Order: sequence, then structure tokens, then C-alpha cells
Amino acid sequence: MSERKLFAHEIEARLDELLLLKLRQRSAEQAARQLETLPRVRQERVLHWVGIAAQGANELGWQLASQAAEHAAELGDAFDAWARAGLAAHDGGGIDAARQAWQAAVEELRAAAARPSGSVALAEVEGRLNRFLQALHGRPLRLASASRAWTDGETLWLPERLDRAADADGNRRLYTLLAVQLWAQARFGSFNVDPEPELSQWPDRSAALAWFALFEAMRLEARLEAELPGIARDIRDLRGPWPAALQPAADSLARPDATAADSLAWLAEQRKVGAGGTPIYPHLTGFDPLAARRLRAVRMARDSKTLRRALNIMRAVDPHTRGGAGDREQAPLAAEGDALPPDLQAEELQGLPPDAQAAAQSLQQDLDGMPPEILSPAGPGAWQPEGREESEAPVAEPEGRPDAVYDEWDYRREAWRRDWCHLYESEGPAGEDAWVEGVRSRHAHLIRSIRRRFESLRGEDKAERRQLDGEEIDLDAQVEARADRRSGSEPSPRLFIHRRQIERSLAVMFMVDMSGSTKGWVNDAERESLVLLCEAIEALGDRYAIYGFSGWTRTRCDIYRIKSFTDRYDAATRRRIAGIEACDYTRMGVAVRHLSGLLQGQATRHKLLVTLSDGRPDDHGDEYRGRYGIEDTRRALLEAREKGIRGYCVTIDRHGADYLPQLYGPAHYSVIDDASQLPRKLAEIYRKLTA
Amino acid sequence: MKSTRSTPSDSSARAPISALATPLKQPATEPYYHAVGDEVDVFAAAAQSQLPVMLKGPTGCGKTRFVEHMAWKLGRPLVTVACHDDLTTADLVGRYLIVGDETVWLDGPLTAAVRAGAICYLDEIVEARKDTTVVIHPLTDSRRALPVEKRGEYLTAPPDFMLVISYNPGYQSVLKEMKPSTRQRFVAVDFDYPQAEVEARIVAHEGGVDAATAGRLVKLGGLTRKLKGAGLDEGAGTRLLVHAAQLIARGMNPLAACTAAIARPLADEPDTRNALDDLIRAVF
Repeated sequence: MSERKLFAHEIEARLDELLLLKLRQRSAEQAARQLETLPRVRQERVLHWVGIAAQGANELGWQLASQAAEHAAELGDAFDAWARAGLAAHDGGGIDAARQAWQAAVEELRAAAARPSGSVALAEVEGRLNRFLQALHGRPLRLASASRAWTDGETLWLPERLDRAADADGNRRLYTLLAVQLWAQARFGSFNVDPEPELSQWPDRSAALAWFALFEAMRLEARLEAELPGIARDIRDLRGPWPAALQPAADSLARPDATAADSLAWLAEQRKVGAGGTPIYPHLTGFDPLAARRLRAVRMARDSKTLRRALNIMRAVDPHTRGGAGDREQAPLAAEGDALPPDLQAEELQGLPPDAQAAAQSLQQDLDGMPPEILSPAGPGAWQPEGREESEAPVAEPEGRPDAVYDEWDYRREAWRRDWCHLYESEGPAGEDAWVEGVRSRHAHLIRSIRRRFESLRGEDKAERRQLDGEEIDLDAQVEARADRRSGSEPSPRLFIHRRQIERSLAVMFMVDMSGSTKGWVNDAERESLVLLCEAIEALGDRYAIYGFSGWTRTRCDIYRIKSFTDRYDAATRRRIAGIEACDYTRMGVAVRHLSGLLQGQATRHKLLVTLSDGRPDDHGDEYRGRYGIEDTRRALLEAREKGIRGYCVTIDRHGADYLPQLYGPAHYSVIDDASQLPRKLAEIYRKLTA
Repeated sequence: MKSTRSTPSDSSARAPISALATPLKQPATEPYYHAVGDEVDVFAAAAQSQLPVMLKGPTGCGKTRFVEHMAWKLGRPLVTVACHDDLTTADLVGRYLIVGDETVWLDGPLTAAVRAGAICYLDEIVEARKDTTVVIHPLTDSRRALPVEKRGEYLTAPPDFMLVISYNPGYQSVLKEMKPSTRQRFVAVDFDYPQAEVEARIVAHEGGVDAATAGRLVKLGGLTRKLKGAGLDEGAGTRLLVHAAQLIARGMNPLAACTAAIARPLADEPDTRNALDDLIRAVF
């Protein structure tokens, strides 16, 4: 390809060709003229993406071309990501969504360009902040973005983006400082007093709140000084010294026994002297004690209810949990107000279910200690933590809803198509008993010999001879060593037998191609080989499952359960093997994803996904056929490998060698020329694979 | 090739063998241990009653140190075996080695402990191969015996022999649960991280730092323990805190010392690492 820029008429011609514009009586002339100014590489990128988009929908290609003409120069290197974002939006919401996504992406880019370089978004620090706060709090705290930092005691709201500090590090630290102060408001009782009586006496409520916030910040800073001195130091650095007029307040609120009531007292002082606005400090957060108090009342009611119920149940089950002393062994449903000796509390809480413990902890934090009345059971009632009832009730799946939805990899976009494949899992149809019995009697001899060979693989100790170290002496090696020494040559030091324990900690998933192309003798061979294989694996005792897969476009991907990991190899399973039949197409990626998910749940050391197929991935329509399907399947297998699952493919496709190395890697597939050989070979392949 | 004809004389052959023999440690000075509950009494009573003991608790909370301390207190030698997934019966009981033209029997640590009337401490017993737990069974009931099959010996343990195992219920996989038939042979002592003040005293003593620094380290340790299940499999044990204290005592900057001794050993995942860094910065 030459490096020369394409002229407008050349671009126009290529767009015409990609988008069939002549037929639609549209002209790409204007777009082509805009694109003419771009360097050749960028021009090609635009045409490339227009091509991809046009495969999805012609109109999408047209939209991309016109938007790209407008923004490509401005987007620069971000063009690929931009194009991808629009196509992904199109998958979910159609042309309008794509147009909006493109528009939003351009705006985001402009906003990013306008931002100072050290700016940090909440999304960037959310992960570390979450964990940081969990360490402080003992439980996860909810983080959300808002225009200013404040908390209602349950959620910490933080600005979506911070750029006040000079560099990214400073802004990240600012996020931490804000979050810790918000946490401290709830932790150190800023919401324990009702400020309303005082606030109502101020002519300007917002000024009053600002002063209250400032006094609380002074008090909390002192508490943080004791708990997290590093944070307090950062706050001091940020705020500088307090003005002389405020120093007495700061000193007095720094006493360890100061409470929010003391801050309110200072607020009253301030009112009396007729204070104006507060000084402004960069570390201060928003402060809304009234909202927090409202939520807190709700939360406390809920937590005490949860806790009381749990205690109730526990005492009903075992009255001795209360400490065992005779006088306390009262009826489990004790009257309200029954006070508990304080030393019993911690002990008693230990036996509670996690929900109740969380409720207890939450209450403790709200109240700074557990009031005894909450530990007394109230009224009978089955143990049921609040908020669970709805979520855990079995929801009947409406007819036609897929059992699972999977993303699919689009290599052209180098991006995921979100929730693209709809997967339905069902039990495989039952076939005839007679067929299986026929196979078993026809191959009786083969089955016997396979079983014998497999039995020798069972998880027993394997003696490794001629080791440097071991439990027993290897007499043969010892005799040789002596002979060597006598004859004057160097004796081997490998004189021991080491018994290595071979633990077959293995789970295998067989993924059977049920596509239409297997109809006839391929399908027979598959079924026969599965019967032989099951006989063999039963002798070995490995965990295994068999699932068939087929489908018809992305909205109908079928998985048939022939034998799950927990099913036994019984008559019903054998009937389902007999019932394996040729269905539709092979959209392989989604099957790999679903089945490797099932396989991952197995607690074995080794996990193996064996695909039995007769050809490359394929689906109705020309999209999945060819490279797209192969790339998606490859991606799915890579994901599986990351989960610790090894893939292996046995195929009867003579052209398999063309694409299988790319999918499974070299030496992770077998091509069998003659389907009639499959039953004989499959068991052997399995033996080698797992030995 | 030059001939390496060597018929090692007896003396040169014995030397390496004795070097391989299990060392029976008996510390000269009292290993530092700060009792948290009644564990000292329970252990001493179990020792007198010739009962085996199981220590349960998270990593680095003082199980090993406790055994060392008790061995010193009871005046018995101590044999410690760190169990791993390839630990065989022979590794515990013993094996024949070849020296020149002879076979020489070498007692394994368990056999050595039985002969000497020592305390044998099997650390993280569930990590060992399953068949090894079988060999300790006859030692843990009234027989108190160890059959040494290869030598046709049937050793009966002297009254001073004591078997101690440790077990971390926190992170073992379901595959490595201890069988009830094994668990129910032991007197169990629960270990947990000590109370903050006690732990601070331990860190100050072991790490050689002042009380304030030790307090901050313990504070940090407590914070990391709340991350259990939320990024960490287990929080920082007392041992990690002591390591950090030792680095600080050597003059290292506390932030750098905590990062090196606490944050890095605990986590690889970026969010958790960053959160730990933030915690260190917040505490110091």
C-alpha cells in the first residue's frame, strides 16, 4: 500500500462500495472531502471500521462514516476505541444508542483534554478506597459519586473527579482524606445529637450548618490523630493553622471525651457573638446530620429487630447459650427488658448467624456500645434477616428466558459484544436402551481390555526407581553401583526408590458437537465412543460430565445435559447418550464459556475440557463462519485456561490441522481420519492425556 | 575418566549420617511468650496426662513460639517438623541410607522424638500426605506406640514424649479438612491474635521498638485483619508485625518497613496493595 493520501474521489468510491450508496441514493461526497485531509493511516482506519460496521447494518456504517468524517481528526489515536464504543452500543440499543455513544465519547474526550493533568476520577480509586474503608470499618461501605463529599451514614458520597491538588498522587490522597473524614462522622458520633434545636435559632441555617461542620471537623481530626495519625497529619498539612480566634474551640474539642454535643455548644457560642461565614478549608467535607439521623433511625430499628429475632431463635434452640447459670435458664422467649450481664454479650454474639452479627456490629457502631435491651429477645418469629425474603425466593423463569447470557469476542472490533449469546440448558433427550446394550455387547472385548488398562492407572503409589532419595533402597541400582565400584568406574548415586503418590484429582468435561453435519455415521461414532469412554472412566474413578452443544444463531444456543458431574453412569445416562442426535449449528465459543464455568466449580486440581467435533466453529448466517468463529472460540479457550482449565480437541475433520493449533495450541488436539476409529482411539487418547 | 575408587572408612561415613540425624533442641534461655488465656495450663495438664495437643489458629499468631516456650518450661527437648504435601511416612519415621557397602538406619524426627521422650511438633499437619496421619494414630491413644515397620521395631513412647500438631482452620481447602478420626484424638487449644495491648507488648519486646511504634503496628495489623475475605485470605499475623518492628529497629523508615514486611507479603492484587499502602500511611 502506498503512503500517499487518498483523494476525496477515491475515498468516496470506497465508501460507495462498502455502503452500497448508489443503491440508496446517498452521496458520501461531503464525508470524503472531510476525510481527505487525514493521513493515509487514519483514512484506512476509518474505512476499516466503516466496513465492520456495515457488516452489522448498512445504516450503522453510514452513521459511522459521517460521524468519523466530522471527528476523526480530533479523535486521533482514540479513534479505534471511539468506533468500538459505538458498535458496542449498537449491539444493545440500535442506531440511536450508537449515535449517542459516539457523541458522548467525543464529549468525554474533549472534557479529558480540558482537565488538568493530575486530575483523578473516583472510578480510578474506587477499588483501593473500598478496601481501605473496609479495613477501617470492618464491613463494606457503599461509595457513590455526587457533586460534593458527604455521608448519610450509609453511603459515602464523593466527587466524581478531583483536581484540586497539583498532581495525581495529591488528588488520590485527597480522596482518602475525604473518605476517612466521612467515615469518622459516622464512627465518632457526629450524628448522635439532634442539632435541630440549635440550628432553628440561627437566622441563616446554612451558615449554622457550616459552623457545626467546622467544629465537628476539629473534633474528628483529634480523634483521627489518635486512631490514624498519618491521616491527621495530612489534614493539618492541608488546612494550615487554625486562626487565633478559633484556636480555643479547636483545643477544647480535641479533648478525648469531647462529643458532638460539645461542638453544638461551640455553635451556640458562635451564635451569641454573631458570627458571619466560616473560613474555607480545602479538607472540609459536606455535613448533613439531619439526613444521616433520619436514616440511622430506620437502620437501628431494622438491626435491633434482626438481632432480637436471631437471639430468640438461638435461645429457643439452646437455652444454655446464655451462659449456663441456673437462674438465667429462663424460657427462651424472655420478656422484653430482660437485662443481661455485660460479660455475656460478646460470648453470646459469637454464636449468631452472620447477618445478625453484622446487625449487632452495625448497632454497636451506631450506639457506641451495645445497649442491653437489644439483647433481649422480642416476640416469637422465625429467623429471617431483613431484606432477604424477596431476593432469595425462587423466581420462576418465564418461558423463553435464556438460562445464561454470554459475551462474545469480535476480533474485527477487538472488543466484546456484550450479552450477545443467549444460552439454554436442558436435559438431553432419551434414546433407546437397546442401542447402548448393542454397543456394549458388540464391543465387549474392547471394553474389557480398555478397563484393564485404565484400572492400572488408578490413584495408587507409583514406585520411581533410581532416585537420589527415597523411602526404600533400590536393590538393582545398589547391585549395579557395587559392580561399578569394583570395576573402577563411577557408581551412580541414584540408589533409592521413591513412592510417589499419584492422586488423580481430575475433573473432565466432554463437550460433544451435535451440529447437523454430524448426522449419520459421525454421530454414531460419537455415541459409541462415549459409551466406551464412560466404561473406561468408571474404572478409573475420575469425575466427568458430558454435555452436547448445538444452536441456531446467537439467540438460540443450546446445551444438552447428557451427564452432569453428579449424575451416575446409570441406565438413564446411557439412554441420554443414545439420544445424542445431530441438530443445528456449532457456535462453539459460548459452549466453551458455559461448560468451563461448570467445570470451574469442581474442586479438583486438574480440569480438562475435551471437545469432540467434526469441524470448525460455524453458525447460521455467515457471521460466525470462518475467522470470526475461530477467534471467538480461541478467546473462550484462553479464558478457560486462565481459570486453570486445559482444553483438548478430538476431531474427525481432516482439515482440522489448519485451525486447531491456533485454537488449542500444538499437541492439544487429535485428528482422526476415520470416524469408525473414534471409539477405539478416544479412550486411548484419554488415557494418554491423563496419565 | 579418573577412577574414583573410594571405600569410605567407617569414621568418614558416620560423620554425614550423624549430621542428618534429627536435632533435639533444648533452648538455653526461655523463649519469649506472652500467655493470652489458659493455654499454658491446658498444655501443662495435657503433658502430665500424656495427651496429645492440637493448636488451632491463623498464621503467625504464636503457635510455634508457644510450643517452644512450653518445651522449655517442661524441660523437654523439642522436634519441629514443618509438614508439606510431599511429606511421607518415611520422612517422619525414618529410612535406610547406604553408606559405602552398608545400609544404615536413620531415625526420622518422629522416631527420634519418641526415643528421646521429646515433644514432637508437626506444624500444619493437614498439608502432609494422608497416609502420614495414620502413623501418628497409635501414638495418640492409650497405646502410645510407634511401629517402625522396616526395622520390625515397636517403640513404646516414654511418659515424657508428647505429640503436638497445629492446624489453621482459616485457609485450608475443603480437600484438606482434617478427618474427625484424627481430630478427636487431641486436646485442642484455640489461638487467635492477642488483644491489642498484649500484642503491642509482644511486638515491642520481640521487635525492639518503643511502645508507641508497636501500638501503631498493632493498629495496622488490626486494620489488615478486617480485610480478610475482602482482598486478603488472612490479615497480618503477629509475626509480620514483629518483622516490620525489627526493620524499624534497624533504622528503617517505618513506612518503607511496613510496606516491605507487611503490605508486600500479604497481597499481589493492585487495589489491595494500594489500600494497604494507604493504611500504612494513615497509621504512621
